[in-house]
Amino acid sequence: MKFAVLVFPGSNCDVDCYKAVEQTLGEPVDYVWHTATDLSPYDAVIIPGGFSYGDYLRSGAIARFAPVMNALAQAAAGGKYILGICNGFQILLEAGLLPGGMLRNRSLKFRCHPATLRVENNLTPFTSDYQAGEEIRIPIAHGEGNYYCDDRTLAELRAENRIVFRYAGENPNGSVDDIAGICNKEGNVLGMMPHPERAIHRLLGSEDGKRMFTSILNTWREKHGAAAIG
Amino acid sequence: MAQQLSVKEPTAEQIAGQKIYRQMGVSDDEYEIICGVLGRKPNYVEIGVFSVMWSEHCSYKNSKNVLRRFPTSGPRVLMGPGEGAGIVDIGDNQAVAFKIESHNHPSAIEPYQGAATGVGGIIRDIFSMGARPVALLNSLRFGRLDNERVKYLFERVVAGIAGYGNCIGIPTVGGEVMFDESYEGNPLVNAMCVGLIDHDKIQKGVARGVGNPVFYVGPATGRDGIHGATFASEELSAESEAKRPAVQVGDPFMEKLVLEACLELINSGIVLGIQDMGAAGLTCSSSEMASKAGNGMELYLDAVPQREEGMTPYEMMLSESQERMLFVVEPQHEEQAKAIFERWGLICAKVGKVTDDGRLRLIRHGEVVGDMPVKALVDECPVYNKPSKVPAYYEAGAKVDTTRYPEVTDLEGALLKILASPSVASKEWVYNQYDYMVRTETYVRPGSDAAVVGVPGTRKALAMTTDGNGRFAYLDPEVGGKIAVAEAARNVVCSGAEPLAITDNLNFGSPEKAEIFWQLEKAVDGMAEACRVLEAPVIGGNVSLYNENAKGAIYPTPVVGMVGLVRDVDHITTQGFREEGDAILLLGETRAELGGSEFQYVIHGVTEGRPPQIDLALEKKLLDTLLQAIRDGLVASAHDLSDGGLAVALAESCISGELGADVNVETGLRADFALFSESQSRILLSCRPERAKELARRFAEQGIACRELGKVAGRDLQVKVNGRTMIRLSVERLEKSWKDAIPCLMQ
Repeated sequence: MKFAVLVFPGSNCDVDCYKAVEQTLGEPVDYVWHTATDLSPYDAVIIPGGFSYGDYLRSGAIARFAPVMNALAQAAAGGKYILGICNGFQILLEAGLLPGGMLRNRSLKFRCHPATLRVENNLTPFTSDYQAGEEIRIPIAHGEGNYYCDDRTLAELRAENRIVFRYAGENPNGSVDDIAGICNKEGNVLGMMPHPERAIHRLLGSEDGKRMFTSILNTWREKHGAAAIG
Repeated sequence: MAQQLSVKEPTAEQIAGQKIYRQMGVSDDEYEIICGVLGRKPNYVEIGVFSVMWSEHCSYKNSKNVLRRFPTSGPRVLMGPGEGAGIVDIGDNQAVAFKIESHNHPSAIEPYQGAATGVGGIIRDIFSMGARPVALLNSLRFGRLDNERVKYLFERVVAGIAGYGNCIGIPTVGGEVMFDESYEGNPLVNAMCVGLIDHDKIQKGVARGVGNPVFYVGPATGRDGIHGATFASEELSAESEAKRPAVQVGDPFMEKLVLEACLELINSGIVLGIQDMGAAGLTCSSSEMASKAGNGMELYLDAVPQREEGMTPYEMMLSESQERMLFVVEPQHEEQAKAIFERWGLICAKVGKVTDDGRLRLIRHGEVVGDMPVKALVDECPVYNKPSKVPAYYEAGAKVDTTRYPEVTDLEGALLKILASPSVASKEWVYNQYDYMVRTETYVRPGSDAAVVGVPGTRKALAMTTDGNGRFAYLDPEVGGKIAVAEAARNVVCSGAEPLAITDNLNFGSPEKAEIFWQLEKAVDGMAEACRVLEAPVIGGNVSLYNENAKGAIYPTPVVGMVGLVRDVDHITTQGFREEGDAILLLGETRAELGGSEFQYVIHGVTEGRPPQIDLALEKKLLDTLLQAIRDGLVASAHDLSDGGLAVALAESCISGELGADVNVETGLRADFALFSESQSRILLSCRPERAKELARRFAEQGIACRELGKVAGRDLQVKVNGRTMIRLSVERLEKSWKDAIPCLMQ
């Protein structure tokens, strides 16, 4: 299985996502520059966190115009797995690949600390190795993670089981319905504020993020008839 | 049509006649020397260039002779002071580069940008060496947190550090924040950056090879930060607010691009010399690079990218616009270099040429507008030995009996009060605003004795800390200097690392005052001795003088940034108690030493007397023995006793470990002194009970007191003194006082 980690000017979790794929899966992974126009060699695309183009206007608002975004939309439409983490989630929202928008944290401050999430939906390619309802520890680090959508969209997200993660315990940013991560209708595009790539070994304080990466690989292997890893 | 600015620069005659140089901080004598060096009167751009190069900030003219007392070499030192940052060997062809620098004055005037650009500047110092920046720390001092202006400065400084560090993607992993009215109006903002580098990639800021082109990379030059270095070298006053334009504006996104592009350029192997444009911008980088190579440089000012129209040579040379770098390559590598910067969307302009005549020559519209000897700019600033005098307060301090205070019997109340004192209280409010995890190598997060950051792809890690106690240094600068180094070493060793070296930031008042100069000399003497005994040389640093407010000088505040090497990640140790039933040991002797303590300040409302004394040879034995014990796997937790003494250390180890403790302190001292004295060279350990004997034996062999106080147990902290219960508080209650204090004050 082949992974791409997109790199925009100002991405800063690109190395961490690359390391996470390498260390948890050992599958091939490439950095793909924001000017690329073809993502067809890849089975999964990770849009990492950071401050694309400085995020001076609104998080992700400039990145959505990058040349690679057309290829990303094609990959999403073609059923490839797209994982947007933090700034990656913000970019997916700005690009319209996921519904809703992002406001500044309710506290108006950047917040960085481990957070407890509840896995609401384990039927996605990103969460199949978790139990439904399971609580996991995954760090957050953002200033604009206050997810917002209108009531109709929220009703839709709920009805279609597209709220993949909620904050359990304190909601760190004021997001609607404690939302920490959502997916598209088809389930192949996931956006989340917390950073699973920061929870992949004991020394980082949690290993709960590992299973996000193994989920992706296992789902892909099942689809392609290869043996699963556990 | 371009609008021409009508501002007319004074002529050389006017500068001399009206003594305009004085406004730039140049003395009459220095002006005469400059005239002698040039063989004529300097014009406006030339006097501007001399004034910044000869400012304290760039020339260290007042502190140079004192700084010579520091030990700067050692078996591991690959690069000592003088370059962007010092570099120390960590084995396997790897090395660590680090440096601390102050941005005190800008932060007093414009706290967000002042702090942000402080972070930006120190990061450039690290990557200009070729090192990949991997961690940031900061050491902050503010006035009392019950003052609205102080709250504003604190809030905005923290936001500025967060804004820059978070965006550029370098984790802010540690540091310290202290509050005392001494710093009101003149906060201290010291930023430290740590980077990793392979030995063969180390760069120098030298303009090598006569005829080689000189390149400028980064954003265009604007009119911001003009005379920033001069501003940093004078006292703050009511007029300082008007100097807000001397504060630069930071763009962390731009710096991220410059950082990645420069490391790519350096890794391509074609760079002959590279230096950042920090204080004194283009002036300092060009003259220092030329000087270090024994060459000269010609700068074509028309080619300097400019953000505004009509900029004068004076403005271009003195601008401190941020995120700019200067580098030299051979002519045949010009296109390769340009291609790298183009890929990152950056401006890269050929602005000069290396020459062999030792002159810094500025050319505008085909005319020479400035022509100065490089050596005079960099090396020939007069060095002053300022008069030094023992201050009266110090003499009087010897007579103060710090044991005369009435005995405090409500020790629970005292402990809760000290835990809630902003200097001791949890700094979670601060560090939760910093991304301390990006790069996914942060193994020990902010809040323990030292932060620990992994060396990617190895089992090694780096422990890092900043320490300094202005109250101790005020009461006795020499002892305070020793303690700053010793405490940093203790924090690093408690984390499982061997101290490698230090970087120092000397924050003092005006050296024109003999008493202040005495403080500086004594503090350096103390630090130098501690560095020698503890085998941690000084590999670089920064001097910030003229830190004064309306009431006078700040407390002399030498801040030590130390990095230590963890040989194996299994040695990483933290301060929190680990397991129920573990034995709790106290290493070191407790004396009735209250001078400068948090207890004296919070409970008795004064800072007076003499600070705790320190025996450096004993400290060395303590640290060596402890590090060996940690490496042998005997230690479960280790915590340095500092602000608030034994009682606070016990509370912190309980809170961090989410476990209670049951201890009894056998002592001949008064109970309040036994619990809150800040005697040095003490450490609180916990270990599996069966290992306590072995530990006691090892420390006894070295002549170090080691007492078993009790055990990790339950959900309460219970402290008996000579068998009598003096404190019994739930860990939850302790945690609440400690954690809520700063958020409550900042609401």
